[in-house]
Amino acid sequence: MSLIRPLADLVRDRETTAPTDASPQKGLSIRSLNAYYGTHQALEDINIDIHPGVVTSIIGPSGCGKSTMIRCINRMHEVVKGATATGSVLVDGEDIYGPDANPTRIRRNIGMVFQKPNPFPTRSIYENVITGLRLNMPKKPKYEYDEVVEKSLRAVALWDEVKDKLSVSGVALSGGQQQRLCIARAIAIEPEVLLLDEPASALDPTATMKIEDLLFELKTRYTIVLVTHNMQQAARASEVTAFFLADERHVGHLIEYGPTRQIFMTPADSRTEDYISGRLG
Amino acid sequence: MYRAGESGKFLRRRLVGGASVALAATLAFLSVGILFLIVGHVIVNGVASLNADFFTKIPKPYGEAGGGIANAIMGTVIMTLLAAVIAIPFGVGTAIYIIEFGRGRFASAVRFAVELLAELPSIVVGVFIWALVVRNFGGYSGIAGSLALSVIMIPIIARSVEEILRLVPDSLREAALALGTPKWKVVIFIVIPTVLPSIFTGIMLAVARAAGETAPLLLTALGNSFFNFDLRKPMAAMPLQIYTYAVSPYDDWHNKAWASTLVLIAIVGILSGAVKFYTRRWKHESH
Repeated sequence: MSLIRPLADLVRDRETTAPTDASPQKGLSIRSLNAYYGTHQALEDINIDIHPGVVTSIIGPSGCGKSTMIRCINRMHEVVKGATATGSVLVDGEDIYGPDANPTRIRRNIGMVFQKPNPFPTRSIYENVITGLRLNMPKKPKYEYDEVVEKSLRAVALWDEVKDKLSVSGVALSGGQQQRLCIARAIAIEPEVLLLDEPASALDPTATMKIEDLLFELKTRYTIVLVTHNMQQAARASEVTAFFLADERHVGHLIEYGPTRQIFMTPADSRTEDYISGRLG
Repeated sequence: MYRAGESGKFLRRRLVGGASVALAATLAFLSVGILFLIVGHVIVNGVASLNADFFTKIPKPYGEAGGGIANAIMGTVIMTLLAAVIAIPFGVGTAIYIIEFGRGRFASAVRFAVELLAELPSIVVGVFIWALVVRNFGGYSGIAGSLALSVIMIPIIARSVEEILRLVPDSLREAALALGTPKWKVVIFIVIPTVLPSIFTGIMLAVARAAGETAPLLLTALGNSFFNFDLRKPMAAMPLQIYTYAVSPYDDWHNKAWASTLVLIAIVGILSGAVKFYTRRWKHESH
């Protein structure tokens, strides 16, 4: 018996929030993207349109290039020594790999949350949230920072838990709280796109659920791309799913892309079905 | 047969294991013992000559009793501080370049050069500053001594800060970069504050090492039997004073050499102990 049934049951019924290009947020178009680590090619010829207003999840076995994929979307890929990428990623029609593109500015527009919670250890909870504002935006009066802190922490449902200890170091929180703090830090600078690289893989089930619920809230304001190795999570939290797989040369390819319901219930590619039913990876 | 072989092997393992532990413990004990022997010897021989005058007076000519090394203590403090002021930006800057910005061949070349500089015999540094500064700019001076000490300190600071920066997890840098922070701001506002206490410890190590250097000062600061606050003139320093006292044929001066050594060890020890204590507390507070 295949696992497709039970997984498909997890897919939330939300036809109402189906992909639509009429939403006010920015979508992404990825065209002929290739990514390399030195001479090794990690991704080959990726083409995807990522829709605003929904959560897009990227799934696939380890080493299929899914993390590399989202790191290419905010040009974090090239931060790794020897890593390069070719092709184009259009945000609102503008190519972030264009000749005039400025990676630093792009990253202010496209936030990222990492696999391991990484609050700044020398900064308080308060300062962690506004780090992006402090370092990269013109100075603002204190009350505006206060507002941003409260708004961002409320958005990640952390405000009530930490409002009395905002001056405590960010690393004093639990893992799940730290990760929500990192999400608050990412949205404090009001990006248009939010990238999450396996944000719950280091967390326990309760904290994971909180993060997933959060995505549900955040997608109304941000275009969200979620990388996960957890298929249940993709089924629960996303409307659209992209399945990546590495070939025998360890080069990652996009195998199938479509509504999550379709990927989990009636996958078009046999490799997708094999992966989802647990016969692969 | 089978069982006997097994238990024999087991016995041998236990013996070899026990012997290894005993050997390691003995060697560790001996190393620490040597340190205690040195410090103990210095204390026994030096403590008798310590008195208030020793810290407040300048050396007396041979034959006159009393006198002190106040000028040498002053000279060491002044020259070491100035050397630190010169060396810290170079050392820290070099480490930041190597770890945070350097890519490719040039960065490796810089790294290699720093390693070579660290292994340079200190007398060579003295000769170098002598040829470059002493010969060309008004002779022996405190400045020349400071420069020589800073050349000693730069690679020590650079290497320890390099190691410290290497310990900063990349996830922290990525977190800041992903907020759209330019690389230089990531270094100044995120990376450095995270390891500031450790950087201070690294700098203090270099200061302690430089404060005890003799060879580079012989050819640069020269030494001085009187108080001198003018950096353009020859300056006294504790290692130089120890050297002068030690190579003399007089018993009284030998005792003073021991006493000076004791003071030097105490200053360096108190300094690094205090820095360790405060930076440790600081680290705990920031977490």
